Amino acid sequence: MPESLTGTGIGQGVAYGPVARMAPPPAPPADTDSQLKPEQESARVKEAIQAVSAELASRGETAGGQAQEVLEAQVMMAQDPTLLEAVEQRVQAGKTGEFAVHAAFAEFQETLQTLGGYLGERAADLADVALRVIAHLRGEPAPGVPDPGHPFVLVAQDLAPADTALLDLDKVQALVTIEGGPTSHTAILARGKGITAVVGVKDAAQLSDGQQVIVDAAASAIITEPSQEQIDDVTRRIEERAAAAAAPLTPGALADGTEVPLLANLGSPEAAQEAVDLGAEGVGLFRTEFLFLSSDKAPSVAEQRESYIKLLQAFPGKKVVVRALDAGADKPLPFLNDAEEENPALGLRGLRALLANEEILRDQLTALAEAEAATEADLWVMAPMVSTVEEAETFTKFATQHGLKTAGVMIEVPSSALLADKILPVTGFASIGTNDLTQYTMAADRLLGSVAGLQDPWHPAVLRLIREVGAAGDHTGKPVGVCGEAAADPLLAVVLIGLGVNTLSMAPAALADVRLELSRHTKDQAEAIAQAALAASTAADARQAALDVAAR
Amino acid sequence: MSATRTVTVGSSNGLHARPAKLFVEAAQNAGVPVTITKGEKSVNAASILGVMSLGVEHGDEVVLTVEAENAEQTLDTLAELLTTNHDEAN
Repeated sequence: MPESLTGTGIGQGVAYGPVARMAPPPAPPADTDSQLKPEQESARVKEAIQAVSAELASRGETAGGQAQEVLEAQVMMAQDPTLLEAVEQRVQAGKTGEFAVHAAFAEFQETLQTLGGYLGERAADLADVALRVIAHLRGEPAPGVPDPGHPFVLVAQDLAPADTALLDLDKVQALVTIEGGPTSHTAILARGKGITAVVGVKDAAQLSDGQQVIVDAAASAIITEPSQEQIDDVTRRIEERAAAAAAPLTPGALADGTEVPLLANLGSPEAAQEAVDLGAEGVGLFRTEFLFLSSDKAPSVAEQRESYIKLLQAFPGKKVVVRALDAGADKPLPFLNDAEEENPALGLRGLRALLANEEILRDQLTALAEAEAATEADLWVMAPMVSTVEEAETFTKFATQHGLKTAGVMIEVPSSALLADKILPVTGFASIGTNDLTQYTMAADRLLGSVAGLQDPWHPAVLRLIREVGAAGDHTGKPVGVCGEAAADPLLAVVLIGLGVNTLSMAPAALADVRLELSRHTKDQAEAIAQAALAASTAADARQAALDVAAR
Repeated sequence: MSATRTVTVGSSNGLHARPAKLFVEAAQNAGVPVTITKGEKSVNAASILGVMSLGVEHGDEVVLTVEAENAEQTLDTLAELLTTNHDEAN
């Protein structure tokens, strides 16, 4: 009988293969007195920590990117002055180096675990450093990933950054961890590298070496003893995803050929090339905050222009939507608004703050117009957090005065979604920011874990607002895009198109999965799926209703 | 000589992970003893584990103490790092 173990799926991947378990860590050293002098023990420990640090740093260099940053943080922990003091104290008390490292690291792990959450998960990183140092002191090989000599599904208690960084992706079909949540390193790195993964599967402890399992990240499940039908289904999905990833990067389109331009969300010009490589057809949201957040005053027109030129040069002939500075709430800027606000999310933020500081807006628009003149990209600009028709009109006029030909607004506030049919006639386009739109519709702070359950863009209340904007786009012939996380959820992307959205913008890593899902449905089907979701009462029902209609 | 400054942390995920690493690196590079205090608890700012154990969240106030000549300059650099939001959000 097939049995399903559940955890938290990362991404949309699916895999089928034999389990290989990561060996349990070696036994902890016993509390015995050292036969060596404290100075000698101390020297051994220093050498071992040096060697392990060097090994972690070199793994980081080989892996690059995010993995490197994580490993560098681990090196920093290994060389932490407070920690080394704690080790040294034990060595001076006559303990062996092995035990001193074990006991001192354990003390700090406990502190992190008590703090819980993100920090609790860092305790695993520290434990990994300790095991490596102890193995080095004992002259044993470092603990690590098994190598059964064939492709496998790796099952581990939790994976350390050093393990995930150098995983042989030709061999590892999927990752399953017993511990760890969506912010564990296994999850972060699986997301970054597109590895199929399900984390926090408590019952995965019962899996044994060689057992064949299905790992379905899209369904957050591990299926043991799968039926032939399930295996065939998985094989088909793997082939489809592989074909989609290997296929020439075609423009986004529905099964009937309806074009759905797929764009990238970017936060700095440096990220542009990766987006192009993954098939982004332009940029749907370029955040300009990075230019402003690290300074006490707004950057000059010339400084801004150089950054914009760098970005626009990566997209000759393509659309690039730049969002005017969006400060306030979670991104305060002293020179824009230094008032203490009781409710910053409802305060002087977004376009409101820019209109209160016209000079900053004018400088940014000037720099953008100059950058457009110097490059071949098709530059669009949009205002953040627009809540009235007047604001939309004012921003559009400002942009036009500065020589920018296409200006639009972000729809993130329910008022502007409801009045989209009045707003679109006075501006060039609308882009829906689903993260904020969900926050304001559900009255649930997006940074607050205790109300995270309400932060679901599948909620029919949010979908109904998006429908208003989509319908207004249809009537006025003005383009409507989505640039929130909703666009990166493949099935929700189909729903958005069914609600009248024209373009989707997302983190570049999500492009392939969304492109594939769109290609499976016609415009009529997308509309039927959207109607089913709209008719639901809860976010979970909306998702299920969409799934049911999509599977027909 | 010593100087102190109170700073509000700007990173939307608080002083964890990357922001903590950047801050500790800067404190190590300062070449002078730096202490960071949240509430009653003070730790060596050059210790990543110490800094993480403070559990500093977005919007928390922390106090930096630098024991050195030219303390103001070091405080400027470190305070700027702390007020910056290193985590992306849209």
